[in-house]
Amino acid sequence: MRLAVIGAGAVGRSVVKLAGEHGHEVVAVADSSSAVVADGTDGSGGAVGVDADAVVARKAERGIVGDDDPADALTADYDVLVEATPTTLGDAEPGFSHVRTALERDRHVVLANKGPVAERYGDLRALAADSAGDVRFEATVGGAIPAVSTVEDIEPSHVTAVRGVLNGTANFILTRMAAEGLDYDHVLSEAQDLGVAEADPSFDVDGTDAALKCVILANVLSFGAVDDPADAREFSLADASVEGIRDVPGSVLRLAAEDGRTVRLIGEATGETVQVAPRLVPENGTLAVSGTQNIVQLETTHAGRLNISGHGAGGPETASAVLGDVGRLE
Amino acid sequence: MSDSRDGAPEEAVTGDATDEGPTDPAADGGHDPTPSTHTVRLELVDEPGQLLAALQPIANNGGNLLSIYHERGNKTPRGRIPVEVDFEATTERFEGIVEALRAEGITVMQAGTERYAEEITLVLFGHLIDTDLSDTLSRIEASASTSVADVSLAAPQGTEEVSSARLRLEARSGETGEAVAAVREIAEEKDLRVVAPLAGVEP
Repeated sequence: MRLAVIGAGAVGRSVVKLAGEHGHEVVAVADSSSAVVADGTDGSGGAVGVDADAVVARKAERGIVGDDDPADALTADYDVLVEATPTTLGDAEPGFSHVRTALERDRHVVLANKGPVAERYGDLRALAADSAGDVRFEATVGGAIPAVSTVEDIEPSHVTAVRGVLNGTANFILTRMAAEGLDYDHVLSEAQDLGVAEADPSFDVDGTDAALKCVILANVLSFGAVDDPADAREFSLADASVEGIRDVPGSVLRLAAEDGRTVRLIGEATGETVQVAPRLVPENGTLAVSGTQNIVQLETTHAGRLNISGHGAGGPETASAVLGDVGRLE
Repeated sequence: MSDSRDGAPEEAVTGDATDEGPTDPAADGGHDPTPSTHTVRLELVDEPGQLLAALQPIANNGGNLLSIYHERGNKTPRGRIPVEVDFEATTERFEGIVEALRAEGITVMQAGTERYAEEITLVLFGHLIDTDLSDTLSRIEASASTSVADVSLAAPQGTEEVSSARLRLEARSGETGEAVAAVREIAEEKDLRVVAPLAGVEP
């Protein structure tokens, strides 16, 4: 498949680097201010892909991916648009417009950007319905963990709930607080030094990121369980009940530990509700994954309970999910 | 689980080995042959033999003993020892058991059906002391479905700062959801936060 990769952060760059290994070709890459389109810059015809190493090097050295206009990447001759720009809330722009452009051109779209899937799922489905292209978004939930495709395999109507630890930063903080008896502020600054938490950690520690993933899962369950999308309930972040971990004192973790339990930021999605909150879980239980690990737990009507754990973030990990989706579109 | 409790005694009461069919009400001779779980809270005089004396009327009147919680170190103001006994019996037999206990001169403080069938542990945090912890606990107790079995408080920063309390609640069978909802309502009013387990996932 010929890929246009929009967004040159950790995930976008990893997709560019790993696409060849998966048998795909990157024909265009864009970030917010620059682009490289194979046909234009290499002068060697549309069939030849961009030089992945050169793109990554230019981004590192000059902060640009090439000398073309980002708009050219959207209109390049690709089969699949990989949307890996940063997640935005509300109208989910500019990611949503990128998706629209590709679908209106009857091209496939693979998203790593949670915004359009969480905030405008109905619009996304409507665009896909009118297009010969399809939309996939495995990378938006749980990084490398195949959460969405597992729900699809089991069929959404046979999945009653999906829950789990879906934010590695919050999980790292809670794990360290419990293990070392430290308070939130101390562990947060440690996580920032390690690069596990961002300078502004709100998105992770307030539960927003986990909630977006649960909203996406709720949409998959809701739309997947009905024949006519008009009958499905659409979820967005506003429908989620969200509590973060910012105020959780160390004493809560100590009291939990005395009783053989610990605290994890658990998100849960059904076809009716989305909830994210710190929860008591058995200390050695399945959901008490450590550090930056994530886990997705599915409750199914016939297949029992399924657990899948792994890396919920990271460039190559998330790129694997993106490229897995590209493979499913072949 | 209430399912297993409801299921097992049915066999004990009606099930001779040859009876393979569904429970026949006539086999038990009563109107309500399905035994349910009952809890009685007794106060015993601190003397040898008192516990046995209290259990005999239960066994003799058709109660199937499930558990006995003998609070040896926890005396009432009158120096008596509280004992909580769970047993299964039909409603009709349960009434007979309570009568028999009273006839033996045993103080029955509380007698109810499935009073404490399930337990749930949760942690509250926030300004617990400033918002009157004992009032919080009394109000949780006052909600229909819940009893507070145990409280552990941690206030490492002193009583004026944020503190945490682990509560072990007892709830009627199938009512842990209501119990947690009752706690959440009181907590919200007092700007406290609740860390609860996931319903129906793990204990």
